[in-house]
Amino acid sequence: MSDLTTLTAVELQAALAAGETTSVEVTRAHLDRIAAEDGALGAYLHVDGDAALARAAEVDASGTAGTGLAGIPVALKDVFVTEGVPTTSGSRILEGWRPPYSATVATRLRDAGTVMLGKTNMDEFAMGSSTENSAYTATRNPWDRDRIPGGSSGGSSTAVAGHLAPLALGTDTGGSIRQPAALTGLVGHKPTYGSVSRYGLIAFSSSLDQAGPMARTVLDAALLHEAIGGHDPRDSTSIDAPVPAVVEAARRGAGGDLAGLRVGVVRELGGEGAREGYEQGVLDRFAGAVALLEAAGAEVREVSCPSFGLALPAYYLIAPSEASSNLARFEGMRFGIRVGDDGGRDVDEVMALTREQGFGPEVKRRIILGTYALSAGYYDAYYGQAQKVRTLIGRDFSTAFDGGASGGVDVLVSPTSPTVAWPIGARVHDPLAMYAADLCTLPASLAGVPAISVPCGLSEGLPVGLQVMAPALADDRCYRVAAAVEAALGAPLTDRLLERAA
Amino acid sequence: MSTESLPDPGQHPALGRQDIAHLARLARLAVTDEELDRFAGQLGAVLDAVAQVQRADVGDVAPTTHAVPLTNVLRADVTTPCLPRDVVLAGAPAAEDGRFRVPRILGEEE
Repeated sequence: MSDLTTLTAVELQAALAAGETTSVEVTRAHLDRIAAEDGALGAYLHVDGDAALARAAEVDASGTAGTGLAGIPVALKDVFVTEGVPTTSGSRILEGWRPPYSATVATRLRDAGTVMLGKTNMDEFAMGSSTENSAYTATRNPWDRDRIPGGSSGGSSTAVAGHLAPLALGTDTGGSIRQPAALTGLVGHKPTYGSVSRYGLIAFSSSLDQAGPMARTVLDAALLHEAIGGHDPRDSTSIDAPVPAVVEAARRGAGGDLAGLRVGVVRELGGEGAREGYEQGVLDRFAGAVALLEAAGAEVREVSCPSFGLALPAYYLIAPSEASSNLARFEGMRFGIRVGDDGGRDVDEVMALTREQGFGPEVKRRIILGTYALSAGYYDAYYGQAQKVRTLIGRDFSTAFDGGASGGVDVLVSPTSPTVAWPIGARVHDPLAMYAADLCTLPASLAGVPAISVPCGLSEGLPVGLQVMAPALADDRCYRVAAAVEAALGAPLTDRLLERAA
Repeated sequence: MSTESLPDPGQHPALGRQDIAHLARLARLAVTDEELDRFAGQLGAVLDAVAQVQRADVGDVAPTTHAVPLTNVLRADVTTPCLPRDVVLAGAPAAEDGRFRVPRILGEEE
């Protein structure tokens, strides 16, 4: 049997079902690789090998390994609370905290028989696009260890791309699944807002946060999506509708036939007159992907979404505003660290000292910006205005999908990120340069519609992603189109990392 | 916050050091002098960028607070067990007599 860490989840499923391997063997292979590689890569914040092996043995003993995801290891971004397992959200303020309960998605994965390998690194409270804002460690991109792995789910992207886990969960508020997936050659999907439970997700921006799958293939991502999706009465924003048939869509798309599918290329995201900040290599790979869609029978046309240009300013008002409110819960009284409680200081002083020492610079910047945008006298000009722009962005999507006179399109496409992975440190002192990394992913976040990133080739040896956006609850279209692109390109992009290492 | 303490938003102002200090106080952040200097420059640039939302023609456009408008989501009126007290307190920085122990809440003069 070849190295178990090189297999996809679907291949592992088959090997487990055929009795060619066991969950313990699969789990041990991944733990060995983590032990060998993660010192340099920094994908994980917490790994408990004994617990993972004990869990794997349990699944083996149950005889269910190989059915669904049973017996297959997964990694979870450290933003998901996990009962009894350290959870920090990448922040010093939660150092040492062991949550008393588990996120719904963590419980669902456990119930599906998966084996949790560990918790992955992230930008503090998911605020960032490079994972450099983690309070604990930098995570390195397996394609070039001097470069960032994207963010904020950069621990998850490096874990899966580096073959330290076959599957991982991330969360996406403004692009935090799609952008790291693009920058490490993975498939990453942000589901329709409300279609995957947020219960037990440490909140950053509640009207935008959404959990989703990261994997090396489209079908693997779909399997993980199906395992975590669906209504959850514990999340009042959860949509009570069936999970779209994403696995079936991934299988169908892999057939490569997109005849009759109407694809809109968003002019404002890298098209004519909107190429500032986009690397030529990214635009070339994107054009290549669009050509593949046409070759598969899709009807491609250009679509204008004039308000997308305002997505970045609207997002960087809405998300910090919601964050400034959500992060008020970290006051050093109920969980996490407490600083300066010497008997003399009052509760306000202790809170301020705890938050000063517990939060990093980007979190503080966003709390201050959000506090400003929400303050009396400024609310209408900033937060209120941003919410109206959000409406305009939603209308652009509706117009594109519903059409009007010209007829609509089934999906919209763009590059996932304007650039490939950049060198570690290159943007840390320039918040606006960092924010520009989210240019293409923000519109779908603000509108709550599903969007996937699928690899579409390399530029200067680094991965480029194609983003496919669909109407709310039509996540299956994202998987179908992504699978067709994947099939046209051949083997998973991350296989090239293995060839390089061999 | 009083509106006279900060510049007119229509001017796309840079946030000054004093403004940052005031906002940090409101947000219970004991920022350092060095942070005030750094944040004043960085947040000024960010504010200039986000102020672009004011260019949008939003006339009678309604605000979107949420992508999926659900209203009155209620659970069944049935008692469900909550987390055991000792389990919750185990995660607290300080606990006493089955409660969270907190620093002094009232000032001397109050």
